[in-house]
Parts: sequence; structure tokens; C-alpha cells
Amino acid sequence: MSQTSHGIGGLSYDAKKRPWPAEFNVFLALVILVVAFELIGRVFLGDSFLFNTRENVSGLFNEQRLQIIILQVSIVGIIAIGVTQVIICGGIDLSSGSIVGATAMIAMSFAQVATVNGNPNPKAMFIDYGWTDLPVIVPVLVAIGCGLIAGLINGLLIAYTRIPPFIATLGMMVTARGIAKWWSKGQPISFPTDSFAAIGKGLMPVVIFISLALLFQLILSYTKYGKHCYAIGSNEDAARMSGIKIANHKVLVYAIAGILASLAAVVLCSKNLTAQAGMGVMYELDAIAMAVIGGVSLSGGRGSIIGTVIGSLIFGVIISGFTFLRLDAYYQEMVKGVIIVGAVVLDQWRQRRRAIGA
Amino acid sequence: MSDIVLKTENLTKHYGGVHALQEANFELRKGEHVAIMGDNGAGKSTFVRQITGVEQRTDGKIWFDGKEVNFAGPIEAREAGIETVFQNLALADDLDVPSNLFLGREKVLFNLGPFSILDRKAMRKATEAALIRTAVKIPNLSSTIRHMSGGQRQCVAIARTATFASKLIIMDEPTAALGVQETAQVENIIRTLKENGEPLILVSHNMRQVFDLVDRIVVFRRGRIVANLRKQDTDGNDIVAYITGAKTGQAELQAA
Repeated sequence: MSQTSHGIGGLSYDAKKRPWPAEFNVFLALVILVVAFELIGRVFLGDSFLFNTRENVSGLFNEQRLQIIILQVSIVGIIAIGVTQVIICGGIDLSSGSIVGATAMIAMSFAQVATVNGNPNPKAMFIDYGWTDLPVIVPVLVAIGCGLIAGLINGLLIAYTRIPPFIATLGMMVTARGIAKWWSKGQPISFPTDSFAAIGKGLMPVVIFISLALLFQLILSYTKYGKHCYAIGSNEDAARMSGIKIANHKVLVYAIAGILASLAAVVLCSKNLTAQAGMGVMYELDAIAMAVIGGVSLSGGRGSIIGTVIGSLIFGVIISGFTFLRLDAYYQEMVKGVIIVGAVVLDQWRQRRRAIGA
Repeated sequence: MSDIVLKTENLTKHYGGVHALQEANFELRKGEHVAIMGDNGAGKSTFVRQITGVEQRTDGKIWFDGKEVNFAGPIEAREAGIETVFQNLALADDLDVPSNLFLGREKVLFNLGPFSILDRKAMRKATEAALIRTAVKIPNLSSTIRHMSGGQRQCVAIARTATFASKLIIMDEPTAALGVQETAQVENIIRTLKENGEPLILVSHNMRQVFDLVDRIVVFRRGRIVANLRKQDTDGNDIVAYITGAKTGQAELQAA
């Protein structure tokens, strides 16, 4: 920050006393968590969480584990980017998991091959219309269209009927899940084209997640759109009095969240080479949890994509760490719940402390 | 007529059967600071809400800047050049000072619709200039409003109005919730505005403040303007008499 900003009008200001960014605390939590798993591993298992201990593999770090940590959170992470901007804007989106399910089904049905091992693809939905082996752009655009429509409905409901976002997106959650099941009457849709399958191959989900995260971090920090998200989440009346078109903005925010959920769906069904109606169940809650752990305030106005990305990594480290410690998945879920509540409590405590100037 | 900034004629507002404001005739000249006083429910805030377009009047006419106006909402009034500091501050707590100052009218580097890139440097510079011009003391521009005292918040709100108001500033009890020092700070800003020749309507309960700051005092009672007095023609007891209804003269007729 420039020097001139300190002490305008003669008031002294100690720049060293500036509270550090909230993301720093979240990052610290991530580091502590990793160190904790490392120590527990060394003491109780005689194995390292972070470092490479296998002799036939080169490299300082256990790269496989690091890849898995980020790979397993990148799909929900894409959703979490959209959810983060919704929460910053003072809303909530419960529909993203179901949008993933519905979009995966619909998009996959446009990404199927005509023949499998020389036989007609038994799962191809549109083989009678000849809609097979379509270029990869078709299912991707179909997916984006689905996400856009679902997000627009969410946004229009919230902006113009003034019903709480919780209710509007809860309705979409149930409806979209119904669409996912109805689309193929509950049957899985499989055998995508190679080009579609390439989207989710290897570390591609990570690349897509990080690129989108970067893009939206920039949008939130440097554009009007971002500024207005924070303003509306912070004080909707003030934003309205300042001439910000609240309704338009909310529609846009939810539409973007829908599109991001649909992109997550594309990556997910591409990675799994199949789409099923039950895909994405509970993803909305995981995404919200990532944002909250990452320091996004559920009351709106505060948070960042960087925080959410670190939050998602904390998520990934916990899952990997529990697997590493050979603890059952049941415990993972229990601890996840505790961590979500803990993150909110910590955030509130920190805000109170800052408010009284400690 | 040309030096009249704001004029209302028979401005009337009824809420159902309640006559909150009746036939208010009011004038404000260029560079003039006018106080509006009166008991709770006397019609002060109602009057302000009709001028700023927050509510739609029942009857009467408003001229602003030489033209008859009908503001559909506060944003139209603001675009016409009327800036208002409301009792409940219209600030976003989680944004810093420049963001609040430029909220809804951000300076833009590249215009990409809603995704226009903000010109943060320019907004910061303009903010510093605005704060210096209004003599507002804010220790740190990049700290969020949440971390500021009530007085600092009020100062930011006032600096915002002062930055953009080209023609008229209205303050509705700007110091009602402030301490002694903070009140002094806000009053200093108002003096600065006076020196700069910016017209102002100040709604206030504070007799000392009113006599310190303004040129003319308009008293509302039961929805009517009962007095319109130049500061030098009156005193505190006189004003209190009008506010309480002990005096109900036609003083407004003889005023400026």
C-alpha cells in the first residue's frame, strides 16, 4: 500500500498493526494439519505423509499422494468457486450437487460413441437420431446450457420473487435430481467419445480447477462484478441506494454458479467415463464446507477464491490423511462435520476480536 | 429565481389518514446552509424523503436546479445532483474506503459490461483528494468500514456525498449517534462544505450545532412549517417555542 494512505488528515496509523489477510490463517491451518499427519504417521506408522519413502521411486515428496489430494477435491472445488461468489453475495446455493447430476446425464448422452468393440453402443440414447460421435464441443455446450438454465431459474426466483435463496435452490436441488433420474429412467449413460473422455483424464481436472479459480479470483478482486458481490453481501440496502442493480446482479451470480456446477459435471462424468443419476449427491454441502473452511463468511461480504482453494486443500488433506492413517471413511465424515462447525466458530471469534480492536 | 437551488410548493404527504406533511413551502438558495428542526414526528424526515424520491408525494411541486422534478426513486435524485446522508448509514461494512466512496459508480479501466476492470489506483487517488478536501480524518484507506468508529463511518458517508454532490447535500441527523469528538469532526466537514459554497439541508435536534453551522432555521410542527428564520433574527428559546408549539406565529412570511 502506498505511503500516502497512512494517516490521511493527520491521524497516525501503525501499518504493522494491520490485520493479516484471513487467507493466511486458513493456510496456517493447512500447514498445521499436514504437519500433524506427518508427525502422527512418523510416530505411529513409521511412515511419512508428505515425503517419499519408497526406494523405487525418485523425488523428495510423495507425489502420488499430493496429486490425489488435489485431484480428489478439484471437481467439488470447481463447484466451490461458484458457491463462494454466491455466499459472498449473501446467498446460498444448495442445488449445485443436483445440477451436477442432471447435467452429467444430459451432457453424457450427447457424448456417446456409436459402436463399442464393433457392436452398436447398447447405452447410446440418441443412436436412432444419429447423434453419436459428436464433436466434443456439443456435449460441453449442452452442459453449459443446462447449468445456465438451472442457474438462471435460481437467480430469477431469488431476485424477483424475493424468496430466500435457501428455498429457491432447495427446490432446484430436488427438481434437478428428479430430472437426472428421469433422463434415462435411472439407467447409467456410458461409453463417451475419446475426445470427451480426455477432459477428465489424468491431472486435467486439477488444471481446469486451478485455471477457473485463478480466473474468478481476478474477477472478484478486479472487476465491478466482484466489487458488487462484496457490496451486496455486505449491505444490500447500501448497495441498492448506491444504484447497483441488485436483481440483475443476483441473476448473474446464480447463473455463473450454475455454469460452474455444469463444468464440474463435465469433468466428473468424463473422468468416470459414465454418468449416473446419483452423481454429485452432497457435493453442494462439500462445496459450501470448502468455502466456509476457507474463510468465506456465511453472512456474506467476506471471503475469497484463494481462501476457498486452500479450504478445498484442507478437505483433501483430511481425506488423504485419514486414508493414510488407515481410519475408516465413517470417521472422515464425522470429523468433516466437526471441522465445518469449528471453522465457522473460529471465524466468528476472530471477527469479534477484531471488532474490539484486540 | 436563478439562485434558487431547491423550491417546494404545497408539498404534501399523507400516509392513509395521517397527514405527515402539509403544504410545505420551502426554498434553498445557492451556498446556503439550512437547518430543519422539529419534534419527533413533526415531518422533517418525511419532507426529506419526498425531496430525495425515497417516497412519492401526495401533492405539491418540487423544483430543483431550475427545473420542475419528479424523482421516481433515490437514484434518480442522486443522478440529478442531490446527495443524502441517511440516518442509517448506507455503507458496505466489508469494503474499504475507496470502494465505498465509489460504490455504484466505480471508475473503470476497461469497459467489459459487468466484468469491467476497476481502476483502483484512480479511485484511491480520488478518495485521498476527497478526504483532504473535506478534511476527513481516516487513518487507513484500505481498512474496511467494519473496523472504523461510528464517527469515521459517518465521515466516510459524508465524504462520499461531498465528493459527488454537484448541487445539493442533505444530511439527516448526521451526528445523532456520535460522541463529542466525532461530532466535532462531522461539524468541521460541514463548515468546509460551507466554505466551498455547497448548499446543504441539515436535519438536526442539536440546537447548539444548528446555531453554529447554518444560515437559516426552518421549524416543522405537526407536518407544517411553522417558522422560517434567519439565524441572526432568532435564538434558542424562540426556536424551542416554535418546536413545542408555544409560539405559532406566521414568522415564515417575513423570512428571507
